[in-house]
Amino acid sequence: MSRIPTSALIGLVFTSAYFLAALFAPLIAPYELGAIVGDVWEPMSSEHWLGTDGIGRDLLSRMIHGGRTTIFVASAATILSFTLGSTLALTAVVVGGWVDMLLSRFIDLIMSIPTLIFSLVVLSVVPVTLPVLILVMGLLDTTRVYRLARAVAQDVNVMDYVEAARLRGEGTRWIVFREILPNTLSPLVAELGLRFIFMVLFVSTLSFLGLGIQPPAADWGGIVKENKEGIVYGIPAALVPAFAIASLAISVNLVADWVLSRTTSLKGGR
Amino acid sequence: MTDLLKVRNLKIGAHVVPPQGKPFDIEIVHGVSFDLAKGRVLGLIGESGAGKSTIGLSALAYGRGGVEITGGEVSINGRDILKGSLGDLRKLRGHEVTYVSQSAAASFNPSKRLMDQVVETCVRHKLCSRSEAEARAVTLFEKLGLPDPQNIGSRYPHQVSGGQLQRIMTAMALCPQPDLVIFDEPTTALDVTTQIDVLAAIKDAIHDTGVAALYITHDLAVVAQVSDEIMVLQHGNTVEHGETGQIINRPKEDYTRALVSVRSIEHEEKAPTDAPVLKIENICARYPGLSADVVKNIDVELHAGQTLAVVGESGSGKSTLARVITGLLPPHTGKVIFDGRPLSAELAERSKEDLRELQMIYQMADVAMNPRQTVAGIIGRPLEFYFGLKGAARDKRVNELLEEIELGPEFRDRYPAELSGGQKQRVCIARALAAKPKLIICDEVTSALDPLVADGILKLLLNLQKIEGVSFLFITHDLATVKAISDSIAVMYQGEVVRYGAKSKVLAPPFDDYTDLLLSSVPEMKLGWLEDVLAHRKMESAGN
Repeated sequence: MSRIPTSALIGLVFTSAYFLAALFAPLIAPYELGAIVGDVWEPMSSEHWLGTDGIGRDLLSRMIHGGRTTIFVASAATILSFTLGSTLALTAVVVGGWVDMLLSRFIDLIMSIPTLIFSLVVLSVVPVTLPVLILVMGLLDTTRVYRLARAVAQDVNVMDYVEAARLRGEGTRWIVFREILPNTLSPLVAELGLRFIFMVLFVSTLSFLGLGIQPPAADWGGIVKENKEGIVYGIPAALVPAFAIASLAISVNLVADWVLSRTTSLKGGR
Repeated sequence: MTDLLKVRNLKIGAHVVPPQGKPFDIEIVHGVSFDLAKGRVLGLIGESGAGKSTIGLSALAYGRGGVEITGGEVSINGRDILKGSLGDLRKLRGHEVTYVSQSAAASFNPSKRLMDQVVETCVRHKLCSRSEAEARAVTLFEKLGLPDPQNIGSRYPHQVSGGQLQRIMTAMALCPQPDLVIFDEPTTALDVTTQIDVLAAIKDAIHDTGVAALYITHDLAVVAQVSDEIMVLQHGNTVEHGETGQIINRPKEDYTRALVSVRSIEHEEKAPTDAPVLKIENICARYPGLSADVVKNIDVELHAGQTLAVVGESGSGKSTLARVITGLLPPHTGKVIFDGRPLSAELAERSKEDLRELQMIYQMADVAMNPRQTVAGIIGRPLEFYFGLKGAARDKRVNELLEEIELGPEFRDRYPAELSGGQKQRVCIARALAAKPKLIICDEVTSALDPLVADGILKLLLNLQKIEGVSFLFITHDLATVKAISDSIAVMYQGEVVRYGAKSKVLAPPFDDYTDLLLSSVPEMKLGWLEDVLAHRKMESAGN
């Protein structure tokens, strides 16, 4: 392991803080998620570090519990979209022919429908549970990952070493996972950081619109929604989740950048 | 005689910023000195990385790609150009000193007409009016033997051939009537038959205009035809500097001697055995969507333990033939008989055993190996795939193969990016050998390598043939390579085999026209070769 650059270190500290907070939310949060512990919209105090919300719940506790939901949903959906998207894309490139044609045109078809509208329609007809939410978000994002992975893989697929593997008689699975995937990793990792943040925003947007995480459960988008009236009276409660999303976005991408610079090195620096 | 270009203790360095770790400085050229008088031609020769292009560009006070001139003195017509301001340099570049690059195809702007680009520097430097410059350009086109000199300037770069483009670039460099022209490998990217014409054109133009030139190349035989003196470079140092005759005929240094005697491998031709390992019968193939055959009626055979060289210019169909044999491009007629049994045309229908016995080595070793796998992984995979070797048995065999290619087990854990060009090609050879094949197709395996390194690879291949009894189908455009390793030769021209037989027969007269042209175009390492060939050709065409 070589030295970690400062920027990546900052990113790592914040990212791991968010993820640890999400993981151990029940232990860290000072109050229960739904407990009404104070007055409406109390200012920040030693008792309530971030103040209280519109019906007197501790905002810090809600942020920690909400972050748990947001980060879990976003991570699960990102993992789903990347596994599915890159596997499908690489297989399409390696197999080629009508398989590629069929898959790619189908993906194009899905992509031609605006994601948000598509998900709003789907979520308004099926019951909104966590697995459904993850599935809908993950599958919709798969189309984006597929497009990128296919473009990158096509460049790799024509390399002599892939041809050499074909001449050796290797099967599709070896070519996809051993020859092509390792060489498409750099752009995919860069995209991973970005996509994760889009997922955080996506689930927040859905919750804000009332189609994401359903009360009494909380998430960052939901907290914004509950406290948006406060902005008119100069109460910053709705801005706290926004700040959390922004800082998570930056720190995750600092880490992604660092991983990227390590994976681009071809001289065994991994 | 006054010195036009004077280089004293030139030092050139670069600032390296690795992705991890601290940035550092390296020195590429360590104090080189030379003089060049008006009207003389100096050849700079060396392997890749010797610093020859870097030194050449220093005459323009230019460092390419982060390279910086760190010390010494370069003066042109008595002025130290390294001390000049950017404005002074602008007057120098494209006027007093001009540059001809290796790849004319990549250096011309594809969206502008050739004439606009040829006269651009003259007009920019206000040396003459545009019409005068165009008149000069036409004269130069004529002098350089370009067809239709009056109108060729109105074409776009893609409308002329590679050899013509290189000559137009020479015209562009000569148009402002410079004192010094830097030729940076101007013929390296061309076929031998084209190279000879371009070489003659450049030589005549240099003599007629009386310009001085720096001629950079890695091919000693080429530089011997053009230059008055030669400077041999290695690792940024001058090895030897002298008159061309002295360097070629009486080299003083060992390194120069090695360069002069390169490609002197002697290989005794073997008599054909009765069972050919590969028999190609009447193969015709075309790429999907094209109506013309790329290879036509190919009929050759290769005997066990021997080497068949397939030789021809680019576009002659020799690599396509390799794709047909490997099954990547199924032919529409004819068949391939391998070791007595017909091979399926489609790769997907071939048995694992067929695939194992027929291996391939590529021209560009860089892209023939997965950059994310270690050397042990690359060589070990065929062992595991074909023979099911695992763990210690596989490790042992990998080490044996590494010994066989003269690298040794310490290379096991390296990635391809950590190997030199020659080492990469050796690993590719080991990967092919790991399958214990009967036949290896070698597609231009030495073309991307420096002569001395290529020599080492050829010797290794010959040696391996002796030990393992493997046959080679050797695809190349380089006749020196052919002479060095083949037992039989097939000469290809426009998709057809025009001459085929044992080496001694193919390389002995009487020749057909094409083989004669091909053979006589290979530069020989002797003075006056170019003139001899051209005089000979003129005589023959006068006789007809």
